[in-house]
Amino acid sequence: MTETNIKITASPHVRSADSTIKIMWSVVYSLIPVIACSIYFFGPSAILVILAAVAGCLLTERLFGSTPGSISDGSAMITGLLLGLTLPPGFPLWMAFLGGFFGMAFGKIIFGGLGQNIFNPALVGRAFLQAAFPVAITTWPAKSANWWCLQGDNFALPFMSPTVDTATSATPLGNMKFGDDPVVTPLLDLFFGTTGGSLGETSALFILLGGLYLAYKGHLNWHIPLSIFVSTFVVSGLFYALGISPFHPLFMLFSGGMMLGAFYMATDMVTSPMTNKGCWLFGFGIGFLVVIIRIWGGLPEGVMYAILLMNALVPFINRATQPRLFGTSGKKKEAQ
Amino acid sequence: MGLPSFKHGVHPPENKDITSGFASKRFPFPKEVILPLSQHIGTPAKALVHPGDHVERGDVIAQAEGFISSTVHATASGTVKSIELWPHPNGGMAPSIRIEVDPNSSQMRRQRIVPRWQDVKEEDLSKEIARAGIVGLGGAAFPSHVKLCPPKDQPVEVLIINGCECEPYLTSDHRVMLEMPDMVYEGIRIALKALGISRCIIGIEANKPDAIEMMRKTKPDDLDVTIQPLTVKYPQGAEKMLIKAVMDKEVPSGALPSAVGAMVQNVATAANVAAVFETGHPLIERIITITGKGIKKPGNWKIPFGTRLRDVIEHCGGLTEDASEIVFGGPMMGLGIADLDVPILKATGGILFLSKDECKRQDIMPCIRCGKCLEACPVFLNPQLMGQLAKAERYEELVDEAHLNDCMLCGSCSFVCPSNIPLSQYFAMSKTQLRRLPTS
Repeated sequence: MTETNIKITASPHVRSADSTIKIMWSVVYSLIPVIACSIYFFGPSAILVILAAVAGCLLTERLFGSTPGSISDGSAMITGLLLGLTLPPGFPLWMAFLGGFFGMAFGKIIFGGLGQNIFNPALVGRAFLQAAFPVAITTWPAKSANWWCLQGDNFALPFMSPTVDTATSATPLGNMKFGDDPVVTPLLDLFFGTTGGSLGETSALFILLGGLYLAYKGHLNWHIPLSIFVSTFVVSGLFYALGISPFHPLFMLFSGGMMLGAFYMATDMVTSPMTNKGCWLFGFGIGFLVVIIRIWGGLPEGVMYAILLMNALVPFINRATQPRLFGTSGKKKEAQ
Repeated sequence: MGLPSFKHGVHPPENKDITSGFASKRFPFPKEVILPLSQHIGTPAKALVHPGDHVERGDVIAQAEGFISSTVHATASGTVKSIELWPHPNGGMAPSIRIEVDPNSSQMRRQRIVPRWQDVKEEDLSKEIARAGIVGLGGAAFPSHVKLCPPKDQPVEVLIINGCECEPYLTSDHRVMLEMPDMVYEGIRIALKALGISRCIIGIEANKPDAIEMMRKTKPDDLDVTIQPLTVKYPQGAEKMLIKAVMDKEVPSGALPSAVGAMVQNVATAANVAAVFETGHPLIERIITITGKGIKKPGNWKIPFGTRLRDVIEHCGGLTEDASEIVFGGPMMGLGIADLDVPILKATGGILFLSKDECKRQDIMPCIRCGKCLEACPVFLNPQLMGQLAKAERYEELVDEAHLNDCMLCGSCSFVCPSNIPLSQYFAMSKTQLRRLPTS
């Protein structure tokens, strides 16, 4: 009898097949079509920018992460990929790398690592880049004639202004907002991604597919993207109907960082509320803020700040949406 | 879909087909039985025998102490060897009566000690049930006679018979319903008489269609019984969850089921109450599922209490090469066993032998606040917050603000946690720590 091999553990003695590492890596895998799509549209620049951002994140996690093996949990990889996908194709690589470093170090590790951060690290990195390099991050080079040509000035040296000698183009949102004569980009172009914009922001289709896959696997809380879409649609539809805003609600949904933000940034488990009720509130807040920022803000795009602002509110949302204890009315206990 | 249930809960792999097809067989008498004085919730019984005494099968060997306690009977004829501390399934040592079984005994029982229930007055039924040493056989081992005396101001209106058996792997309740449905109905008659009511609902998870069919087929016409198939979901068999499913009522936090006019009894308990009155002999054996990939010959056995785990393993072909864990009970709430000499208790509905690939050890990762534990908790607690409080040993907040006392340690939160955080273990430890704190 092999008594010595018998272990003693606390119940439950069986566990579900899901694991944090599996969840993280399935998010990474679901991003592959989106990345492939960005390479298809933007050529080798896409690979370089994404790699630079990933390198910044992985290196920072390796150097400063709480445990030596924490790279393998996949979370730093996700941050790097998502950050890379939010950057314009002609973005200088050193800036992308720095953004990855900042996002990881000040967005996550400084809070104590995985699970402890308040803000989505990829968006922290992007917000930092937006503040530090406002020109570079809003420079959208016109598509080069040849697929294999680099876009813009990827190899600009640190602290040198990128020499933008290529023609720039505008994003659909920029066109709407700042164009002298507002141009409406056709919805189908937005959906399939044949427009200007950041690397991963242009193809709604593949982000939608990746997001649906994650939702099906239970690795993404579908309440969040749904509530973001509903509130964006309703709020922007209201302003559109009143004639205040030129943005058609469908245009709002499929342009800019909306899809990527709703499916991949807002749903970051660590920085989103824990109850479904909370997720609805969270999503409605994001949708509302996006519309407000896009219509009245100084920037054409508002998804990033909308998510970061709502991230800050998550602890309050969690507190306000505690589940009702079984066998109680759910109201606060009267003075005991 | 469409069947009644409760909100939240989890779906662990059922693995019931390992043993559900095995009809129960009688287990041979072991050389020795060890009967702990405490096999139930409440005060341990007081030993009445001394080393050297000869006892017959079914004799009282330890008397219940007080109301919430239970009598212990000899489960085999033989000689009392000693009364000593012996490994108990709960992990510690407990005073136990060791009986050396007489190999030449026919194991005949003495004459009827329990009268026929029809001859007993309503108010005396619970006393006879107490004398027969019956406890809840669903797992908690709460003395049955106590349950049959609900508080006077909270009259019970409905008797709910629990045939859910929501723990994966276990099939002993399933076998009870298939093999002795008339005993279950007889037990229902007795409980209804003791409670002075007439309404009964039997809740059975829909993964046991043959049991549902059998109970429907054998239902006596004169009983007001509804057989209610239920959604297959863990922990459907938890008292409060079952009441919610069949009555659509929530038992108030901190209250007993009688607060909503219900009393829940396990199907095996009902059958054994009937068997006790039928045969006139006390509770000394029950159907136990021996299952899992870690044992060579799984099956269902009628095993005398006090049989050592070692003897069970030997009779069931021994452990397999990759046996990795032994659990008394089901995989969700069962007790991990540290010693092969522990005896089988009244509440042991199954012994689970898990192989290595059934219970892989996984590293604990940081909480990523995914909220899956909140979506799993059947009583709507916040296990994530509770886990943090428990880890920080902030026990008072854990009880006052996070409602630790409403946690029944069903293990759903630990089961779903993708970071493998042992939440229910934290809560079990916190409950233990709180009991040790001086009460002001």
